[in-house]
Amino acid sequence: MNNRENVNDRCAFCCTRLENFGVSVGGNVLLHDVNLHIHCGELTGIIGPNGAGKTTLLKAMVGELPFSGKMSFLDGKGLRTGSPLIGYVPQKLDFGPGAPASVLDFCSACISNIPIWLIHSPSNRRRVRDSLSRVQAEHLLDRRISELSGGELQRVLLACALNPVPNLLLLDEPVTGVDPLGLKIFYDMVSALRREHDLSIIMVSHDHQMISQYADRIVLLNKTVLAEGTPAEVFRNQRFVNLFGQQWNGVYHGQEAAAAIHHPE
Amino acid sequence: MIEVWYTLVDSIFPFGWVEFDFMKNALLAVLLVSPIFGFLGTIVVNNNMAFFSDAIGHAALTGIAIGVLLGLGDPLWAMLIFAAVLAIAITWTRHRTGASVDTVIGVFFSTAVALGVVILSRGGGFNRYSHYLIGDLLSISPQELTLLVIALLVVLLFWGLFFNRLFLASINQAVARSRGVNVYMMEMLFSILLALIVTVSIQWIGILIINALLILPAASARNLAANMRSYHFLAVMISIVAGLAGLFLSYQWGTATGATIVLCIFILYLGTIAWKTVRSGWNKHRSETDRVKSTTDHKAG
Repeated sequence: MNNRENVNDRCAFCCTRLENFGVSVGGNVLLHDVNLHIHCGELTGIIGPNGAGKTTLLKAMVGELPFSGKMSFLDGKGLRTGSPLIGYVPQKLDFGPGAPASVLDFCSACISNIPIWLIHSPSNRRRVRDSLSRVQAEHLLDRRISELSGGELQRVLLACALNPVPNLLLLDEPVTGVDPLGLKIFYDMVSALRREHDLSIIMVSHDHQMISQYADRIVLLNKTVLAEGTPAEVFRNQRFVNLFGQQWNGVYHGQEAAAAIHHPE
Repeated sequence: MIEVWYTLVDSIFPFGWVEFDFMKNALLAVLLVSPIFGFLGTIVVNNNMAFFSDAIGHAALTGIAIGVLLGLGDPLWAMLIFAAVLAIAITWTRHRTGASVDTVIGVFFSTAVALGVVILSRGGGFNRYSHYLIGDLLSISPQELTLLVIALLVVLLFWGLFFNRLFLASINQAVARSRGVNVYMMEMLFSILLALIVTVSIQWIGILIINALLILPAASARNLAANMRSYHFLAVMISIVAGLAGLFLSYQWGTATGATIVLCIFILYLGTIAWKTVRSGWNKHRSETDRVKSTTDHKAG
């Protein structure tokens, strides 16, 4: 699988660029001078210590936080489109315990303006069911979102983010609450997506082992980009060692190796 | 128009207590106010805006005071404008700081109430305005009912057009943004709508209890609802049933209508808690039975 060369070729036509990207909130600089090229068909993993600005980066790209600098998107046909269609998977949803909203309510509200308190049109219901079946979550359609486990919620959020299929998929991995098996399923799904739809994926990850097995590229972030490259390059980088105290000794040989690894559970 | 309603009531309700026109008016008012507050309450409860709506209700006093200072006979316009300004100020502050604004609301609203009371109590004349505290639903006139009809239509229109966006914004702002929802605009519009409706209703419901009418139906519905449709349906039904019961009982007992309605909703609220407890107990029992059964099956197999 000589993917990396293909990807580099494609990048000339299809990529998302951040130039001198910065975010400040109330006088605090959360991110500064971030320069990144995110290539279509690639999974870019973002790692960094707590408070490095990983979630901030995603929120600014979505448009929830104002940013300085430039974000531009170039689609596959070489036509510059102002802003990419973004799918966003947050770490969590903000609802109180027992919130009376079903998975169908949430997913329908994402794709349609037909009032969810009144009616779910059969076509919306079908669309949501189809998108859920892609992440093996069809059976969750009528469940309350507040009753889902961490892994289930993450898959539902992914299904919504892929409906319609975006140009750029931003994933903010939850710090806790997803069991190892759920995590593996999720990474497998995300990994399959990039080839299937040729979309750019940025994933904030807290699990260095998992991300090293799945990502094409890793970005080490701490207020700005400290290092970027293949997993092997970044995990051997002195700056990574300085931040995390040790060189990563796990497997970081990319996709082929990942497939061969046996995971307990 | 109102005559049609009177005839309708006479043919539907053969009860003595609706033979007076003022009771027929009050009955219609309850049927209009209940769904309005049932709807608004769903988002107020979801967004933890109970304190905000309470503040808006109490700030009506300041609006009245401003109206009095300006020499207006009917202070409604002054109240509406003041409530809208306050709603905008609070939402703006919340958006700016990003954090919870309980303290800010607390500061704003206690000061506003104090200012209102100071102005209105000049020369010991506060009693003239005390009916705003408790409200008087039985005094509603046919012209004022038109105002409630408009309010209900506005709420329904808003819910039809913007509910999904409002819902997404309350569930996760970044997801809402990624779907092209202007979160700030949604929150602003809802806050202003809420402020205006609360203020319009205050003279009939009363400052002291208007918030209960907003919070209780949705809080009750939340105990039972599994999705947005049942949440809305239950909130509106609970609100209407309690409204009718409260109107009837307040007539029988000679008590304030708004407060009697609130007590009725509270009884329904207790009912929903009891139901929820019984149901979850039953579900737990059932799942344990299933587990025991499957283990036995397993052993047998």
